[in-house]
Amino acid sequence: MSTEVTTAPRKGRRRRYSQLSRRDKIALGLFVGVPTAVHIMFVWVPAISTVLLSFTKWDGLKLGTWKLIGFKNYWAVFTVFDGKFFPAFFNNIILLVFLSVCSAIGVLFAYLLDKNIRGSPIYQSIYYMPVVLSLAVVGFIWKGVMWSPRQGLFNVILGRTAQGDQIDWVGNAEKIFTFHIPGLDAPLGLSKNFAALLIAIAWRHIGYVMVLYLAGLKSVDPSLREAAAIDGCNEWQAFRRVVFPVMKPINVVVFVITVIEALRAFDIIFALKKPPGTQVLGILVRDNLVGEGGGQVGLGSTYGVVLLLLCLVFIIWYLVNNYRENEA
Amino acid sequence: MSAHLTVVKRQPRRAKLWRIGLYVFLTAMALLWLVPVGGAIYASLRPYGETQKLGLFSLPKSFTIQNYKDAWTEGGMSRAFGNTMFIVIPSLILILAFSSAMAFAVSRFSWRFNVTLLLIFTAGNLLPAQVIFQPLFQMFKAMPWPDFLSDTNTGDLLGTKIAVIIIHVAFQTGFCTFVLSNYMKTIPKELGEAAMVDGASVVRQFFQIIMPLCRPALAALATLEFTWLYNDFFWGVVLLNQGAERPITSSIANLGGQFFLNDNLIAAASMIIAVPTLAVYLALQRHFISGLTLGASKG
Amino acid sequence: MSEGYEFSPNPRDVGFKIVSRRTLLASAAGLVGAGLLAACGDDKKAATTDTAASGGTTASGGTTASGGTTAPAATTAAAGSTAPAAGGDAVTVGVYEATGKNKDAFVAGLDATGVPYTGNFVDHNSFQDNITAYLQQPDDVFTWFSGYRMRFFADKGLTGDISDVWNDLPDFSESFKAASTGNDGKQYLVPTSYYPWAVHYRKSLFADKGYTIPTNKAELLALAQKMKDDGLVPFAYANDGKWPVQGTFDILNLRLNGYQFHVDLLAGKEDWTGPEVKNVFTTWSELLPFHQENPNGRTWQEAATALENKEAGMFFLGTFVSSNSTDPAYLDDLDFFNYPEFDSAIGATAIDAPIDGYLMAASPKNADGAKALLTGIGSAKYIDAYLAVNPSSVPANTKADTSAFNKIQTKSAELVGSAKFVSQFLDRDTSPDFVSNVIGDAFANFHADPTQIDSILADIEAQKSTYLS
Repeated sequence: MSTEVTTAPRKGRRRRYSQLSRRDKIALGLFVGVPTAVHIMFVWVPAISTVLLSFTKWDGLKLGTWKLIGFKNYWAVFTVFDGKFFPAFFNNIILLVFLSVCSAIGVLFAYLLDKNIRGSPIYQSIYYMPVVLSLAVVGFIWKGVMWSPRQGLFNVILGRTAQGDQIDWVGNAEKIFTFHIPGLDAPLGLSKNFAALLIAIAWRHIGYVMVLYLAGLKSVDPSLREAAAIDGCNEWQAFRRVVFPVMKPINVVVFVITVIEALRAFDIIFALKKPPGTQVLGILVRDNLVGEGGGQVGLGSTYGVVLLLLCLVFIIWYLVNNYRENEA
Repeated sequence: MSAHLTVVKRQPRRAKLWRIGLYVFLTAMALLWLVPVGGAIYASLRPYGETQKLGLFSLPKSFTIQNYKDAWTEGGMSRAFGNTMFIVIPSLILILAFSSAMAFAVSRFSWRFNVTLLLIFTAGNLLPAQVIFQPLFQMFKAMPWPDFLSDTNTGDLLGTKIAVIIIHVAFQTGFCTFVLSNYMKTIPKELGEAAMVDGASVVRQFFQIIMPLCRPALAALATLEFTWLYNDFFWGVVLLNQGAERPITSSIANLGGQFFLNDNLIAAASMIIAVPTLAVYLALQRHFISGLTLGASKG
Repeated sequence: MSEGYEFSPNPRDVGFKIVSRRTLLASAAGLVGAGLLAACGDDKKAATTDTAASGGTTASGGTTASGGTTAPAATTAAAGSTAPAAGGDAVTVGVYEATGKNKDAFVAGLDATGVPYTGNFVDHNSFQDNITAYLQQPDDVFTWFSGYRMRFFADKGLTGDISDVWNDLPDFSESFKAASTGNDGKQYLVPTSYYPWAVHYRKSLFADKGYTIPTNKAELLALAQKMKDDGLVPFAYANDGKWPVQGTFDILNLRLNGYQFHVDLLAGKEDWTGPEVKNVFTTWSELLPFHQENPNGRTWQEAATALENKEAGMFFLGTFVSSNSTDPAYLDDLDFFNYPEFDSAIGATAIDAPIDGYLMAASPKNADGAKALLTGIGSAKYIDAYLAVNPSSVPANTKADTSAFNKIQTKSAELVGSAKFVSQFLDRDTSPDFVSNVIGDAFANFHADPTQIDSILADIEAQKSTYLS
């Protein structure tokens, strides 16, 4: 077998590549090479192509028929399509704020469930259940069962099912509040139906964060908290001063998931058929790239690049944070 | 734990009240959480004729499981389930195989591009799927694929379930590599080193020492990935244009029908679709939490 | 999901029979819609004598237990025996229906052609939504629509020239041929059927309350006011999926500005910020109080229920409106009238009446088979078998059997026959991505806040050039 193995490396240090036998090198090369090739080929090559396509006008029908138009798409997104881009972007920001609150609630649930609760697995399953449901199912459950104007549970409970008295949960794009940004024609604001939709999003997100955080809490050394209790910390102090700092790796994960989910939100709005007032960036990308009519690949890619850049900022922040610690 | 200790040391009565309040809160929340699904189940068990007149949430005159039978046959769900499994099972195996190999190599051996590779993988997993759709579509179209290996006879990868499997594998390997590499770092280095000294090859070390130790993490990832792959309704529709090839999540759209809107039927279909993921989650719940635990926080 | 499409649908499921024969003459019309000629004839001519070979029909869309498929197929199979007479590769056919009676009608029609085929049945919404992707890898023959929506793909070379098939299609009027012709003068579509948009109402309600059918705007407003006073919502109204209100836009634009302006506007030649379109929107705002409030979240099925329950007096929609109900008393009571005139100089001679049909792939695997199948689809056999299962639209073929027409079919044929100009529907008369990315949202926003007309129209005009160039 591998005869080339020399002295065992010092404790705690990883084996250098050069110390390995040829066969081992080939094996490791394959271990790394195959997944990397597949990943780069099918994720990063298309992602970079999208960046290139954002500088073209193309209907997506035949290869090679694209026309280079420089930054015109970017110019268009921020001028001609400002009435689409900024409301969508603003909805993403609302989502970000809202999901942060949901994440906090998820953390609370996890913290409570970690207190030797009898039947904890049952509570966990119930809170987590929305996460395992397909968006196609979630979309129907909310639109058909909860929000239907004529027979939905909300209107039934509120007694608002009579003709002319129905609450339009999914379609009413009236703004709850608005404000003007100088330079924009239309005011930005929160649509009523987007606010309603946030309920469904919360229903999913809280359980997701709860499970992640609970997993983290299980690994916190119980003696730490016992010590905090002996020191006379109250619940909040114990969490704030002892648990939260220890949970830093999980906190980072939850933070990134919250941001990324807020930025690339798409599924549930799509499942509800994109009602007016609920656009987000992911929908703009999709509509221009995938929809009928050949699509506007250039424009869609441009929205995509903007979205990509926003995501990358957080992805890089996260990764730097994560790996700096790991390598240290 | 801590709550109990706090309790014993100080005002036990207040603490007892606190504890009761906690149960009340958690139970109330749990009930609230169940309302949407409960509503869907209620709707699915009622005949269309009755709810069309009285509304979905009227008092029931009768219950029926006919909606489930109809959803199953009319939605073509048995075939769609087959399609989903044809996509999900190979994807799952490949994802776990690729990511454990990759995680093993980057976490147990030092090379120059270790961190770079992990960065690329993790970042790739977080990209929005819609952004890469258009170029990917063209790539699949340009890739020849023999007809006898697919049931679509198009001569290229586009439109085959293989294409869907490829994109799932490419996308999800990133996330699993990330989790597994964190997990593997918690396994003492000495284990591998001892094996190496004994003359075991890298491959043997991987299969006989590391993989068995990774079982909890693999179980957790399998649960999570099964849910994600099973529930996908973006790639399964945009890449497969033959109705007969599409996965289970698209059968709700089939039932949505053009003109006849039967909410009870769709509710039944929704519940059928939800069963496998719920079952997998409940079966693997214990491993799920413990697998995530180590991978996610002991990095 | 309630229903999943974001585009105008096709009519299905009307459902009951009355016998009536009529010869209807249609005058030819403008370049886009073209008038429709639906002459009757009860000599059912068999174009080909092949026997049906339905062996190739895969139960797609997953219908493994094809419970619904067998019964109607048996009805239609009466025309020919079912002995398989296959040979060579079966033609592949893409159909935008996946389940139930809608799908069965297509199966019956295709079986009746006698050409062996393999069906790919996909749900309506995802078929339309993914058409661009689909066209990169299409079936040999597939269902689609007339209008800009067809010519757009023809111009891009994505659908096949079937001019030679048209040599074997003697049973269509010139106007249908025009509607099947691309910008290059070649034919790309085999039309099958069509249905008009009109104002639906319940005869019994009108009789009880003494309402009369309005013929101009003043009468319409007076009627609407009267209904309101009687505690009714004059117009049922819906916009879930963002397409239903496009019909109202179409008809107002046709009534106020005429057919030519409508076509030019949708082709990008007229200005959305001009006084004509502004007029449409101010009239629309004026009419909105007579419509059900908050249409954006209401499915048209829910609106149709309001008409059925006599909560609403009228509903402007395609004749598929009846398909939401199974109550024979209601269906017998349902009637429609042409949308009244708003400007006597323009009249009420233009309507929306979308045509459905089949296209061929640009390079079909089995070109001969595809053309043979298209010839079969263009024969009366196809549409007779289709309508026997699903009698909700009016056949395009002049030799089709009109003896089994129901009341709505007869009236539809009359209405379209008497129309001078026929447009397809907004989302079929202009670039579809313009509709789905710009118009759909703009109209929905107008309904959310009708005071924003100017900024909404300015946005449409600014964004137009990106999509229509």
